[in-house]
Amino acid sequence: MKNMIVIMSLVVVLAAGLTFQLSRHPHKWQGVDESVVEKFAAASGHPARPPFINTDQGDLLLFFFLVAGAAGGFVAGYCFRDLFPPNKTD
Amino acid sequence: MSRRLSLAAASLLAIFALPSTAHAMHISEGILPTQWWVLWYAVAIPFVAWGLRDLRVKSAREPFFKPMVGLIGAAVFVVSCMPIPMPSGTCSHPCGTGMAAIFIGPALTVVVSSVALLLQALFLSHGGLTTLGANIVSMGVAGALVGWSVFRLTRRMGLPPWGAAFLAGMLSDWATYATTSFELATALHGTGSLLHLFTAISVSFLPTQLPLGIAEGIVAAGVYTFIATRRPSLLHCLGVEPSPPACVCEEKPGSRP
Repeated sequence: MKNMIVIMSLVVVLAAGLTFQLSRHPHKWQGVDESVVEKFAAASGHPARPPFINTDQGDLLLFFFLVAGAAGGFVAGYCFRDLFPPNKTD
Repeated sequence: MSRRLSLAAASLLAIFALPSTAHAMHISEGILPTQWWVLWYAVAIPFVAWGLRDLRVKSAREPFFKPMVGLIGAAVFVVSCMPIPMPSGTCSHPCGTGMAAIFIGPALTVVVSSVALLLQALFLSHGGLTTLGANIVSMGVAGALVGWSVFRLTRRMGLPPWGAAFLAGMLSDWATYATTSFELATALHGTGSLLHLFTAISVSFLPTQLPLGIAEGIVAAGVYTFIATRRPSLLHCLGVEPSPPACVCEEKPGSRP
């Protein structure tokens, strides 16, 4: 019960902090490739063009990022257990 | 209690950093003129070949080397997909190449970076196929060489391992972005001053990359400390630290339960 209260408090603090930050910075949180790389490229007359395989359409990109995260996490976990088996230290 | 708290903190961090559109240092498709992207491919290819040779030689020598490369490669792929919000109101992702270079060396770091960048260019609309060579040079080659050199140099100067790992992680991140600035400036300066454009791009990166580089240094130091505590023989066998007299390098990777 005590642990649950601590965890829920953390979630509330995080959500409150996030709400405050997001309201202070509307329309921001761009990546530096947009705010720096593409800005300078466009100013120099070489704007970015869509990628050859454009997955940035609706929720498709979210799906690919989720698959990438899951696959990367699985490979990392599999190799981690090989290198650091449970209950084994030098 | 502390374990549960750590788990909760890790879960919150994971939720906060859930994959979404990652827009960061990678140079997007179409930005570099043809002669420049061809040049950066020519620079990158020998390093990739060096890394592939290194992988063959070291895998034949050490049984645990492939799982180590798999673990580091997956970590580089995941962290370089992860946009992190910075106090400046922008997002950027860490590279992980400084940390990777400490453990598997600069050559193999180029290989794992290349694989990560290729997958991102193909499926995640992040970076580009024509700009892949330039992105390999900035994230793989520059990040790895700076991280590895800083770690080795500072260890020789007597810095504690966690301090050396911190500096390697931090400086490799900054080196990556400095190289990206150089690549952009050389290709885009036209009749203007190369130095002026390089400075302008680097300064624009600063508010985001300064804190992110420090965070990357902290992560590199944490990972080093974890391995040094949990399985120090790995560091000796990988050549990260000098081997003690009884080094168990022939030990096979742990059997699965």
